[in-house]
Amino acid sequence: IAGTSKAAHSDVAPKKKKGPGALATAYLVIYNVVMTAGWLVIAVGLVRAYLARGSYHGLYYSIEKPLKFFQTGAILEILHCAVGIVPSSVVLTGFQVMSRVFLTWAVTHSVREVQSEDSVLLFVTAWTVTEIIRYSFYTFSLLNHLPYLIKWARYTFFIVLYPMGVTGELLTIYAALPYVQKTGLYSVTLPNKYNFSFDYHTFLILTMISYIPLFPQLYFHMMRQRKKVLGHVEDYSKVE
Amino acid sequence: IRHSYVEILDAKTKDKLCFLDKVEPNATIGEIKSMFHKSHPQWYPARQSIRLDPKGKSLKDEDVLQNLPVGTTATFYFRDLGAQISWVTVFLTEYTGPLLIYLMFYFRVPFIYAPKYDFTTSKHWVVHLACMCHSFHYVKRLLETLFVHRFSHGTMPLRNIFKNCSYYWGFAAWMAYYINHPLYTPPIYGEQQIRLALIIFLFCQIGNFSIHIALRNLRPPGSKTRKIPYPTKNPFTWIFLLVSCPNYTYELGSWLGFTLMTQCVPVAFFTLVGFIQMTVWAKGKHRSYLKEFRDYPPLRSPILPFIL
Repeated sequence: IAGTSKAAHSDVAPKKKKGPGALATAYLVIYNVVMTAGWLVIAVGLVRAYLARGSYHGLYYSIEKPLKFFQTGAILEILHCAVGIVPSSVVLTGFQVMSRVFLTWAVTHSVREVQSEDSVLLFVTAWTVTEIIRYSFYTFSLLNHLPYLIKWARYTFFIVLYPMGVTGELLTIYAALPYVQKTGLYSVTLPNKYNFSFDYHTFLILTMISYIPLFPQLYFHMMRQRKKVLGHVEDYSKVE
Repeated sequence: IRHSYVEILDAKTKDKLCFLDKVEPNATIGEIKSMFHKSHPQWYPARQSIRLDPKGKSLKDEDVLQNLPVGTTATFYFRDLGAQISWVTVFLTEYTGPLLIYLMFYFRVPFIYAPKYDFTTSKHWVVHLACMCHSFHYVKRLLETLFVHRFSHGTMPLRNIFKNCSYYWGFAAWMAYYINHPLYTPPIYGEQQIRLALIIFLFCQIGNFSIHIALRNLRPPGSKTRKIPYPTKNPFTWIFLLVSCPNYTYELGSWLGFTLMTQCVPVAFFTLVGFIQMTVWAKGKHRSYLKEFRDYPPLRSPILPFIL
Protein backbone atom coordinates (compact mmCIF):
# COMPACT_ATOMS: atom_id res chain seq x y z
CA ILE A 1 0.00 0.00 0.00
CA ALA A 2 1.55 3.33 -1.06
CA GLY A 3 2.74 5.38 1.86
CA THR A 4 1.34 8.72 0.76
CA SER A 5 -0.70 9.14 3.90
CA LYS A 6 2.23 8.47 6.20
CA ALA A 7 2.46 11.15 8.87
CA ALA A 8 -0.13 13.25 7.06
CA HIS A 9 -1.90 14.01 10.31
CA SER A 10 1.30 15.36 11.82
CA ASP A 11 1.40 18.11 9.20
CA VAL A 12 -1.93 19.54 10.25
CA ALA A 13 -1.80 18.76 13.98
CA PRO A 14 -1.68 21.94 16.06
CA LYS A 15 1.94 22.45 17.11
CA LYS A 16 1.29 22.15 20.85
CA LYS A 17 4.32 19.94 21.51
CA LYS A 18 7.86 21.27 21.62
CA GLY A 19 8.99 19.33 18.55
CA PRO A 20 12.44 17.88 17.89
CA GLY A 21 15.51 19.60 19.25
CA ALA A 22 18.15 21.27 17.10
CA LEU A 23 20.28 18.14 16.74
CA ALA A 24 17.26 15.99 15.85
CA THR A 25 16.12 18.58 13.32
CA ALA A 26 19.55 18.63 11.69
CA TYR A 27 19.55 14.84 11.49
CA LEU A 28 16.03 14.75 10.06
CA VAL A 29 16.91 17.34 7.41
CA ILE A 30 19.88 15.25 6.35
CA TYR A 31 17.76 12.09 6.37
CA ASN A 32 15.04 13.63 4.23
CA VAL A 33 17.51 15.20 1.81
CA VAL A 34 19.26 11.87 1.36
CA MET A 35 15.95 10.11 0.77
CA THR A 36 14.83 12.74 -1.73
CA ALA A 37 18.11 12.31 -3.56
CA GLY A 38 17.81 8.54 -3.47
CA TRP A 39 14.39 8.49 -5.05
CA LEU A 40 15.54 11.06 -7.62
CA VAL A 41 18.29 8.62 -8.53
CA ILE A 42 15.66 5.95 -9.04
CA ALA A 43 13.54 8.33 -11.13
CA VAL A 44 16.48 9.26 -13.31
CA GLY A 45 17.46 5.61 -13.57
CA LEU A 46 14.00 4.71 -14.85
CA VAL A 47 13.98 7.51 -17.43
CA ARG A 48 17.47 6.72 -18.71
CA ALA A 49 16.74 3.03 -18.97
CA TYR A 50 13.55 3.72 -20.85
CA LEU A 51 15.31 6.03 -23.28
CA ALA A 52 18.11 3.50 -23.77
CA ARG A 53 15.87 0.49 -24.37
CA GLY A 54 12.97 2.24 -26.01
CA SER A 55 10.41 0.17 -24.08
CA TYR A 56 8.75 -0.02 -20.69
CA HIS A 57 9.68 -3.67 -20.31
CA GLY A 58 12.10 -4.86 -17.67
CA LEU A 59 12.99 -1.43 -16.26
CA TYR A 60 12.98 -2.92 -12.75
CA TYR A 61 16.47 -4.32 -13.21
CA SER A 62 17.96 -0.90 -13.87
CA ILE A 63 16.87 0.46 -10.49
CA GLU A 64 16.70 -2.73 -8.43
CA LYS A 65 19.56 -1.89 -6.07
CA PRO A 66 18.72 1.73 -5.20
CA LEU A 67 15.04 0.77 -4.85
CA LYS A 68 15.90 -1.90 -2.31
CA PHE A 69 18.33 0.36 -0.50
CA PHE A 70 16.16 3.43 -0.15
CA GLN A 71 12.86 1.65 0.44
CA THR A 72 14.42 -0.49 3.15
CA GLY A 73 16.08 2.60 4.62
CA ALA A 74 12.60 3.96 5.32
CA ILE A 75 12.50 1.58 8.29
CA LEU A 76 14.40 4.32 10.10
CA GLU A 77 11.18 6.33 10.03
CA ILE A 78 9.60 3.85 12.43
CA LEU A 79 12.50 4.52 14.77
CA HIS A 80 11.99 8.26 14.42
CA CYS A 81 8.41 7.90 15.67
CA ALA A 82 9.39 5.50 18.46
CA VAL A 83 12.06 7.89 19.72
CA GLY A 84 9.70 10.84 19.39
CA ILE A 85 11.51 13.13 16.99
CA VAL A 86 8.66 12.71 14.54
CA PRO A 87 5.14 13.15 15.93
CA SER A 88 3.52 10.25 14.11
CA SER A 89 2.04 7.01 15.29
CA VAL A 90 4.62 4.21 15.44
CA VAL A 91 1.97 1.66 14.55
CA LEU A 92 0.68 3.53 11.50
CA THR A 93 4.15 4.33 10.21
CA GLY A 94 5.33 0.81 10.95
CA PHE A 95 2.45 -0.66 9.05
CA GLN A 96 3.00 1.49 5.98
CA VAL A 97 6.76 1.06 5.83
CA MET A 98 6.59 -2.68 6.39
CA SER A 99 3.97 -3.12 3.67
CA ARG A 100 6.36 -1.40 1.22
CA VAL A 101 9.29 -3.48 2.43
CA PHE A 102 7.14 -6.60 2.12
CA LEU A 103 6.35 -5.86 -1.50
CA THR A 104 9.96 -5.03 -2.31
CA TRP A 105 11.56 -8.10 -0.71
CA ALA A 106 8.96 -10.77 -0.03
CA VAL A 107 7.22 -10.45 -3.38
CA THR A 108 9.27 -8.71 -6.07
CA HIS A 109 12.73 -9.84 -4.97
CA SER A 110 11.66 -13.32 -3.92
CA VAL A 111 9.62 -14.28 -6.95
CA ARG A 112 12.00 -13.72 -9.86
CA GLU A 113 9.32 -14.37 -12.44
CA VAL A 114 7.33 -11.24 -11.60
CA GLN A 115 10.28 -8.88 -11.95
CA SER A 116 9.65 -8.45 -15.67
CA GLU A 117 5.95 -7.70 -15.19
CA ASP A 118 4.69 -4.27 -16.16
CA SER A 119 2.78 -4.07 -12.87
CA VAL A 120 6.12 -3.69 -11.10
CA LEU A 121 6.86 -0.59 -13.15
CA LEU A 122 3.42 0.73 -12.25
CA PHE A 123 3.96 0.67 -8.50
CA VAL A 124 7.65 1.63 -8.67
CA THR A 125 6.71 4.75 -10.65
CA ALA A 126 3.93 5.60 -8.19
CA TRP A 127 6.26 5.12 -5.23
CA THR A 128 9.06 7.15 -6.86
CA VAL A 129 6.97 10.23 -7.59
CA THR A 130 5.24 10.01 -4.20
CA GLU A 131 8.45 9.70 -2.24
CA ILE A 132 10.27 12.50 -4.06
CA ILE A 133 7.42 14.85 -3.22
CA ARG A 134 6.99 13.52 0.31
CA TYR A 135 10.64 13.71 1.35
CA SER A 136 11.11 17.17 -0.14
CA PHE A 137 7.94 18.23 1.68
CA TYR A 138 9.46 17.09 4.99
CA THR A 139 12.79 18.72 4.17
CA PHE A 140 11.24 22.10 3.47
CA SER A 141 8.88 21.83 6.45
CA LEU A 142 11.78 21.18 8.79
CA LEU A 143 13.54 24.24 7.40
CA ASN A 144 10.35 26.28 7.77
CA HIS A 145 10.35 27.25 4.12
CA LEU A 146 7.70 25.12 2.50
CA PRO A 147 6.84 26.26 -1.02
CA TYR A 148 3.12 26.06 -1.59
CA LEU A 149 3.76 24.05 -4.75
CA ILE A 150 5.28 21.19 -2.76
CA LYS A 151 2.49 21.24 -0.25
CA TRP A 152 -0.06 21.26 -3.04
CA ALA A 153 1.71 18.42 -4.84
CA ARG A 154 1.89 16.26 -1.71
CA TYR A 155 -1.81 16.60 -1.09
CA THR A 156 -2.92 16.36 -4.72
CA PHE A 157 -0.75 13.87 -6.60
CA PHE A 158 -1.87 11.07 -4.31
CA ILE A 159 -5.31 11.19 -5.92
CA VAL A 160 -3.82 9.47 -8.96
CA LEU A 161 -0.65 7.95 -7.53
CA TYR A 162 -2.32 6.08 -4.72
CA PRO A 163 -4.73 4.03 -6.86
CA MET A 164 -1.94 3.60 -9.40
CA GLY A 165 0.40 2.18 -6.80
CA VAL A 166 -2.24 -0.08 -5.30
CA THR A 167 -3.12 -1.44 -8.74
CA GLY A 168 0.52 -2.19 -9.47
CA GLU A 169 0.98 -3.87 -6.10
CA LEU A 170 -2.11 -6.04 -6.38
CA LEU A 171 -1.30 -7.11 -9.96
CA THR A 172 2.23 -8.01 -8.89
CA ILE A 173 1.09 -10.12 -5.94
CA TYR A 174 -1.47 -11.79 -8.20
CA ALA A 175 1.23 -12.57 -10.76
CA ALA A 176 3.36 -14.15 -8.05
CA LEU A 177 0.67 -16.55 -6.86
CA PRO A 178 1.17 -19.47 -9.27
CA TYR A 179 4.95 -19.53 -8.71
CA VAL A 180 4.56 -19.42 -4.95
CA GLN A 181 2.10 -22.28 -5.05
CA LYS A 182 4.24 -24.36 -7.38
CA THR A 183 7.47 -23.98 -5.39
CA GLY A 184 5.97 -23.80 -1.88
CA LEU A 185 7.97 -20.62 -1.29
CA TYR A 186 8.23 -19.58 2.38
CA SER A 187 5.80 -22.32 3.32
CA VAL A 188 6.01 -24.84 6.14
CA THR A 189 3.97 -28.04 6.22
CA LEU A 190 3.06 -30.55 8.89
CA PRO A 191 4.34 -32.71 10.45
CA ASN A 192 7.29 -30.94 12.04
CA LYS A 193 8.63 -30.64 15.59
CA TYR A 194 7.37 -27.05 15.94
CA ASN A 195 3.78 -28.07 15.25
CA PHE A 196 3.39 -25.09 12.99
CA SER A 197 2.37 -24.61 9.39
CA PHE A 198 2.30 -21.62 7.07
CA ASP A 199 1.00 -21.39 3.54
CA TYR A 200 2.49 -18.36 1.83
CA HIS A 201 0.14 -18.70 -1.13
CA THR A 202 -2.93 -18.35 1.13
CA PHE A 203 -1.18 -15.56 3.01
CA LEU A 204 -0.71 -13.59 -0.21
CA ILE A 205 -4.37 -14.02 -1.11
CA LEU A 206 -5.38 -12.78 2.35
CA THR A 207 -3.03 -9.83 1.90
CA MET A 208 -4.72 -8.94 -1.36
CA ILE A 209 -8.13 -9.16 0.32
CA SER A 210 -6.96 -6.88 3.13
CA TYR A 211 -6.50 -4.08 0.60
CA ILE A 212 -10.30 -3.91 0.28
CA PRO A 213 -11.02 -2.47 3.73
CA LEU A 214 -7.65 -0.75 4.16
CA PHE A 215 -7.13 1.16 0.92
CA PRO A 216 -10.39 3.20 1.04
CA GLN A 217 -9.75 4.18 4.65
CA LEU A 218 -6.26 5.47 3.90
CA TYR A 219 -7.40 7.13 0.67
CA PHE A 220 -10.27 9.01 2.29
CA HIS A 221 -8.06 9.96 5.21
CA MET A 222 -5.76 11.69 2.71
CA MET A 223 -8.78 13.34 1.09
CA ARG A 224 -9.84 14.76 4.44
CA GLN A 225 -6.29 15.91 5.13
CA ARG A 226 -6.29 17.60 1.73
CA LYS A 227 -9.39 19.58 2.53
CA LYS A 228 -7.96 20.61 5.88
CA VAL A 229 -4.52 21.61 4.59
CA LEU A 230 -5.40 23.09 1.20
CA GLY A 231 -8.89 24.24 2.13
CA HIS A 232 -7.86 27.66 3.40
CA VAL A 233 -5.90 28.60 0.30
CA GLU A 234 -6.44 32.34 0.76
CA ASP A 235 -5.20 32.43 4.36
CA TYR A 236 -2.31 30.02 4.22
CA SER A 237 -0.69 30.39 0.83
CA LYS A 238 1.88 32.91 2.03
CA VAL A 239 2.42 31.43 5.48
CA GLU A 240 5.05 28.69 6.32
CA ILE B 1 -29.92 23.40 54.24
CA ARG B 2 -28.23 25.46 51.57
CA HIS B 3 -28.97 23.62 48.35
CA SER B 4 -26.57 23.58 45.45
CA TYR B 5 -27.26 23.99 41.78
CA VAL B 6 -25.64 21.80 39.21
CA GLU B 7 -25.31 22.58 35.53
CA ILE B 8 -23.96 20.03 33.13
CA LEU B 9 -22.37 21.14 29.87
CA ASP B 10 -21.21 19.11 26.90
CA ALA B 11 -17.41 18.87 27.13
CA LYS B 12 -16.92 19.37 23.39
CA THR B 13 -19.60 21.84 22.36
CA LYS B 14 -20.11 23.50 25.79
CA ASP B 15 -23.87 23.33 25.22
CA LYS B 16 -25.97 23.38 28.37
CA LEU B 17 -27.34 19.87 28.64
CA CYS B 18 -28.96 19.91 32.05
CA PHE B 19 -29.65 22.17 34.99
CA LEU B 20 -30.37 20.59 38.34
CA ASP B 21 -31.68 22.69 41.20
CA LYS B 22 -32.21 21.69 44.84
CA VAL B 23 -29.24 19.36 44.88
CA GLU B 24 -28.12 18.35 48.37
CA PRO B 25 -24.55 19.51 49.08
CA ASN B 26 -23.69 16.01 50.27
CA ALA B 27 -24.96 14.43 47.06
CA THR B 28 -22.48 12.18 45.30
CA ILE B 29 -21.47 12.27 41.64
CA GLY B 30 -23.20 8.91 41.32
CA GLU B 31 -26.47 10.46 42.45
CA ILE B 32 -26.01 13.41 40.10
CA LYS B 33 -25.45 10.95 37.26
CA SER B 34 -28.78 9.31 38.11
CA MET B 35 -30.50 12.68 38.02
CA PHE B 36 -28.87 13.51 34.67
CA HIS B 37 -29.98 10.11 33.36
CA LYS B 38 -33.61 11.05 34.12
CA SER B 39 -33.47 14.04 31.78
CA HIS B 40 -31.42 12.19 29.19
CA PRO B 41 -32.54 8.55 29.30
CA GLN B 42 -30.20 7.49 26.49
CA TRP B 43 -27.17 8.21 28.70
CA TYR B 44 -27.34 5.72 31.54
CA PRO B 45 -24.92 6.48 34.40
CA ALA B 46 -22.31 3.93 33.31
CA ARG B 47 -21.66 5.79 30.06
CA GLN B 48 -21.42 9.24 31.66
CA SER B 49 -18.05 10.82 32.25
CA ILE B 50 -18.45 13.87 34.49
CA ARG B 51 -15.50 16.20 34.93
CA LEU B 52 -14.67 19.59 36.39
CA ASP B 53 -12.64 20.45 33.33
CA PRO B 54 -13.60 19.58 29.74
CA LYS B 55 -10.26 17.89 29.23
CA GLY B 56 -9.74 16.72 32.81
CA LYS B 57 -10.08 13.39 34.50
CA SER B 58 -13.42 11.81 35.21
CA LEU B 59 -14.82 12.36 38.66
CA LYS B 60 -15.56 9.27 40.71
CA ASP B 61 -19.08 8.19 41.61
CA GLU B 62 -18.17 8.38 45.31
CA ASP B 63 -17.01 12.02 45.16
CA VAL B 64 -19.23 14.29 47.21
CA LEU B 65 -20.44 17.59 45.75
CA GLN B 66 -19.53 19.81 48.69
CA ASN B 67 -15.97 18.41 48.81
CA LEU B 68 -15.30 19.47 45.23
CA PRO B 69 -13.80 22.84 44.30
CA VAL B 70 -17.11 24.29 43.12
CA GLY B 71 -19.31 27.16 44.24
CA THR B 72 -23.02 27.10 44.98
CA THR B 73 -23.57 26.42 41.30
CA ALA B 74 -21.36 23.58 40.19
CA THR B 75 -20.46 23.42 36.50
CA PHE B 76 -19.62 19.97 35.23
CA TYR B 77 -18.61 18.80 31.78
CA PHE B 78 -20.06 15.65 30.29
CA ARG B 79 -18.56 13.24 27.85
CA ASP B 80 -20.38 10.22 26.45
CA LEU B 81 -18.25 7.13 26.95
CA GLY B 82 -20.31 5.22 24.41
CA ALA B 83 -22.30 2.06 24.89
CA GLN B 84 -21.03 0.14 27.90
CA ILE B 85 -20.94 -3.51 28.81
CA SER B 86 -20.22 -5.01 32.21
CA TRP B 87 -16.78 -6.45 32.88
CA VAL B 88 -18.33 -9.66 34.15
CA THR B 89 -20.19 -10.16 30.88
CA VAL B 90 -17.06 -9.53 28.85
CA PHE B 91 -14.93 -11.90 30.93
CA LEU B 92 -17.51 -14.68 30.82
CA THR B 93 -17.88 -14.37 27.06
CA GLU B 94 -14.20 -14.12 26.24
CA TYR B 95 -13.33 -17.13 28.45
CA THR B 96 -16.20 -19.44 27.48
CA GLY B 97 -15.17 -19.17 23.83
CA PRO B 98 -11.68 -20.71 24.20
CA LEU B 99 -13.05 -23.42 26.46
CA LEU B 100 -15.60 -24.60 23.90
CA ILE B 101 -13.52 -23.90 20.79
CA TYR B 102 -10.57 -25.93 22.03
CA LEU B 103 -12.89 -28.85 22.79
CA MET B 104 -14.27 -28.72 19.26
CA PHE B 105 -10.76 -29.23 17.91
CA TYR B 106 -9.96 -31.84 20.56
CA PHE B 107 -12.98 -33.94 19.58
CA ARG B 108 -12.15 -33.34 15.91
CA VAL B 109 -15.55 -32.06 14.97
CA PRO B 110 -16.17 -32.33 11.18
CA PHE B 111 -14.90 -29.73 8.65
CA ILE B 112 -11.71 -28.98 10.58
CA TYR B 113 -9.46 -31.85 9.62
CA ALA B 114 -9.74 -34.38 6.78
CA PRO B 115 -13.02 -36.37 6.98
CA LYS B 116 -11.28 -39.65 7.85
CA TYR B 117 -10.27 -38.06 11.18
CA ASP B 118 -13.74 -36.86 12.19
CA PHE B 119 -14.48 -37.65 15.83
CA THR B 120 -11.25 -39.62 16.26
CA THR B 121 -8.96 -39.05 19.22
CA SER B 122 -5.23 -38.42 19.26
CA LYS B 123 -2.95 -41.33 20.06
CA HIS B 124 -0.59 -39.09 22.06
CA TRP B 125 -1.42 -38.87 25.76
CA VAL B 126 0.14 -35.38 25.96
CA VAL B 127 -2.69 -34.15 23.72
CA HIS B 128 -5.24 -35.36 26.30
CA LEU B 129 -3.21 -33.77 29.08
CA ALA B 130 -3.03 -30.48 27.16
CA CYS B 131 -6.80 -30.47 26.71
CA MET B 132 -7.28 -31.00 30.43
CA CYS B 133 -4.86 -28.20 31.29
CA HIS B 134 -6.33 -25.75 28.80
CA SER B 135 -9.88 -26.50 29.91
CA PHE B 136 -8.91 -26.32 33.58
CA HIS B 137 -7.31 -22.93 32.98
CA TYR B 138 -10.43 -21.40 31.44
CA VAL B 139 -12.84 -23.00 33.93
CA LYS B 140 -10.68 -21.52 36.67
CA ARG B 141 -10.92 -18.11 34.99
CA LEU B 142 -14.71 -18.35 34.68
CA LEU B 143 -15.12 -19.32 38.34
CA GLU B 144 -12.79 -16.53 39.43
CA THR B 145 -14.83 -14.05 37.41
CA LEU B 146 -18.00 -15.19 39.13
CA PHE B 147 -16.75 -15.67 42.67
CA VAL B 148 -13.34 -14.15 43.29
CA HIS B 149 -12.63 -10.92 41.47
CA ARG B 150 -13.79 -7.58 42.86
CA PHE B 151 -13.90 -5.16 39.92
CA SER B 152 -13.03 -1.46 40.26
CA HIS B 153 -15.05 -0.56 37.23
CA GLY B 154 -18.50 -1.93 36.53
CA THR B 155 -18.32 -1.47 32.77
CA MET B 156 -16.09 -1.06 29.74
CA PRO B 157 -16.87 0.24 26.23
CA LEU B 158 -18.97 -2.16 24.19
CA ARG B 159 -16.49 -2.40 21.31
CA ASN B 160 -14.02 -4.06 23.66
CA ILE B 161 -16.01 -7.27 23.67
CA PHE B 162 -15.44 -7.71 19.94
CA LYS B 163 -11.76 -6.90 20.21
CA ASN B 164 -11.20 -9.16 23.24
CA CYS B 165 -13.22 -12.08 21.93
CA SER B 166 -11.42 -11.95 18.59
CA TYR B 167 -8.13 -12.19 20.45
CA TYR B 168 -9.01 -15.01 22.83
CA TRP B 169 -11.20 -17.01 20.47
CA GLY B 170 -8.87 -16.55 17.52
CA PHE B 171 -5.77 -17.66 19.36
CA ALA B 172 -7.59 -20.57 21.02
CA ALA B 173 -8.64 -21.86 17.60
CA TRP B 174 -5.15 -21.39 16.16
CA MET B 175 -3.43 -23.24 19.02
CA ALA B 176 -6.05 -25.97 19.27
CA TYR B 177 -5.81 -26.64 15.53
CA TYR B 178 -2.17 -27.68 15.78
CA ILE B 179 -2.19 -29.43 19.14
CA ASN B 180 -5.11 -31.65 18.13
CA HIS B 181 -3.95 -32.13 14.56
CA PRO B 182 -3.62 -35.72 13.31
CA LEU B 183 -0.03 -34.89 12.31
CA TYR B 184 0.87 -33.42 15.71
CA THR B 185 4.45 -34.16 16.84
CA PRO B 186 4.85 -34.72 20.61
CA PRO B 187 7.65 -32.98 22.57
CA ILE B 188 11.20 -34.01 21.66
CA TYR B 189 12.24 -34.91 25.17
CA GLY B 190 9.11 -36.91 25.79
CA GLU B 191 7.92 -37.71 29.31
CA GLN B 192 10.61 -35.65 31.03
CA GLN B 193 9.64 -32.54 29.14
CA ILE B 194 5.93 -33.09 29.65
CA ARG B 195 6.33 -33.77 33.38
CA LEU B 196 8.40 -30.65 33.96
CA ALA B 197 5.93 -28.61 31.93
CA LEU B 198 3.00 -29.91 33.96
CA ILE B 199 4.72 -29.08 37.25
CA ILE B 200 5.42 -25.54 36.06
CA PHE B 201 1.85 -25.18 34.80
CA LEU B 202 0.20 -26.40 38.01
CA PHE B 203 2.56 -24.43 40.24
CA CYS B 204 1.70 -21.24 38.36
CA GLN B 205 -2.03 -21.96 38.29
CA ILE B 206 -2.02 -22.32 42.09
CA GLY B 207 0.17 -19.22 42.34
CA ASN B 208 -2.11 -17.17 40.13
CA PHE B 209 -5.15 -18.28 42.13
CA SER B 210 -3.41 -17.44 45.41
CA ILE B 211 -2.70 -13.93 44.19
CA HIS B 212 -6.33 -13.45 43.11
CA ILE B 213 -7.52 -14.51 46.56
CA ALA B 214 -5.00 -12.23 48.27
CA LEU B 215 -6.10 -9.28 46.15
CA ARG B 216 -9.75 -10.04 46.84
CA ASN B 217 -9.11 -10.02 50.58
CA LEU B 218 -7.58 -6.56 50.34
CA ARG B 219 -10.93 -5.18 49.39
CA PRO B 220 -14.11 -5.46 51.50
CA PRO B 221 -17.21 -6.59 49.53
CA GLY B 222 -18.78 -3.84 47.43
CA SER B 223 -15.93 -1.42 47.98
CA LYS B 224 -13.43 0.02 45.55
CA THR B 225 -10.63 0.69 48.03
CA ARG B 226 -7.04 0.31 46.96
CA LYS B 227 -4.34 -0.95 49.31
CA ILE B 228 -0.77 -2.13 48.90
CA PRO B 229 -0.75 -5.93 48.61
CA TYR B 230 1.63 -7.76 50.93
CA PRO B 231 2.76 -11.40 51.30
CA THR B 232 0.38 -13.50 53.38
CA LYS B 233 0.80 -16.85 55.11
CA ASN B 234 0.42 -18.54 51.72
CA PRO B 235 3.96 -19.08 50.32
CA PHE B 236 2.69 -18.47 46.80
CA THR B 237 2.09 -14.84 47.79
CA TRP B 238 5.64 -14.28 49.01
CA ILE B 239 6.47 -13.18 45.47
CA PHE B 240 4.80 -9.87 46.43
CA LEU B 241 8.16 -9.02 48.01
CA LEU B 242 9.69 -8.75 44.53
CA VAL B 243 6.82 -8.03 42.15
CA SER B 244 3.84 -5.66 41.97
CA CYS B 245 1.64 -7.81 39.75
CA PRO B 246 2.49 -11.44 40.49
CA ASN B 247 -0.81 -12.56 39.00
CA TYR B 248 0.71 -11.68 35.62
CA THR B 249 4.00 -13.31 36.53
CA TYR B 250 2.24 -16.57 37.34
CA GLU B 251 0.08 -16.29 34.23
CA LEU B 252 3.21 -16.00 32.09
CA GLY B 253 4.62 -19.02 33.90
CA SER B 254 1.49 -21.06 33.22
CA TRP B 255 1.67 -20.37 29.50
CA LEU B 256 5.39 -21.06 29.38
CA GLY B 257 4.56 -24.39 30.95
CA PHE B 258 1.87 -25.03 28.38
CA THR B 259 4.26 -24.07 25.56
CA LEU B 260 6.82 -26.54 26.87
CA MET B 261 4.15 -29.20 27.24
CA THR B 262 2.82 -28.90 23.71
CA GLN B 263 6.02 -27.77 21.93
CA CYS B 264 3.89 -25.72 19.59
CA VAL B 265 4.94 -22.41 17.97
CA PRO B 266 1.43 -20.86 17.98
CA VAL B 267 1.30 -21.44 21.75
CA ALA B 268 4.72 -19.76 22.10
CA PHE B 269 3.46 -16.86 20.04
CA PHE B 270 0.31 -16.54 22.15
CA THR B 271 2.47 -16.58 25.28
CA LEU B 272 4.67 -13.82 23.85
CA VAL B 273 1.77 -11.56 22.87
CA GLY B 274 0.12 -12.11 26.26
CA PHE B 275 3.39 -11.32 27.98
CA ILE B 276 3.77 -8.04 26.10
CA GLN B 277 0.21 -6.98 26.99
CA MET B 278 0.56 -8.01 30.64
CA THR B 279 3.84 -6.13 30.89
CA VAL B 280 2.13 -2.97 29.67
CA TRP B 281 -0.60 -3.46 32.27
CA ALA B 282 1.87 -4.32 35.04
CA LYS B 283 3.96 -1.22 34.35
CA GLY B 284 0.82 0.91 34.49
CA LYS B 285 -0.34 -0.64 37.74
CA HIS B 286 3.15 -0.31 39.24
CA ARG B 287 3.22 3.37 38.32
CA SER B 288 -0.22 3.88 39.91
CA TYR B 289 0.94 2.21 43.10
CA LEU B 290 4.02 4.42 43.25
CA LYS B 291 1.94 7.54 42.67
CA GLU B 292 -0.71 6.67 45.21
CA PHE B 293 1.38 5.27 48.05
CA ARG B 294 4.39 7.15 49.44
CA ASP B 295 5.55 4.10 51.35
CA TYR B 296 5.42 1.68 48.42
CA PRO B 297 8.14 -0.99 48.78
CA PRO B 298 11.05 0.11 46.58
CA LEU B 299 12.39 -3.40 45.89
CA ARG B 300 9.41 -4.39 43.73
CA SER B 301 9.45 -4.64 39.93
CA PRO B 302 6.25 -4.55 37.86
CA ILE B 303 6.21 -8.12 36.52
CA LEU B 304 9.59 -9.90 36.50
CA PRO B 305 11.71 -9.80 39.68
CA PHE B 306 14.60 -7.34 39.21
CA ILE B 307 14.22 -7.38 35.44
CA LEU B 308 11.01 -5.77 34.26
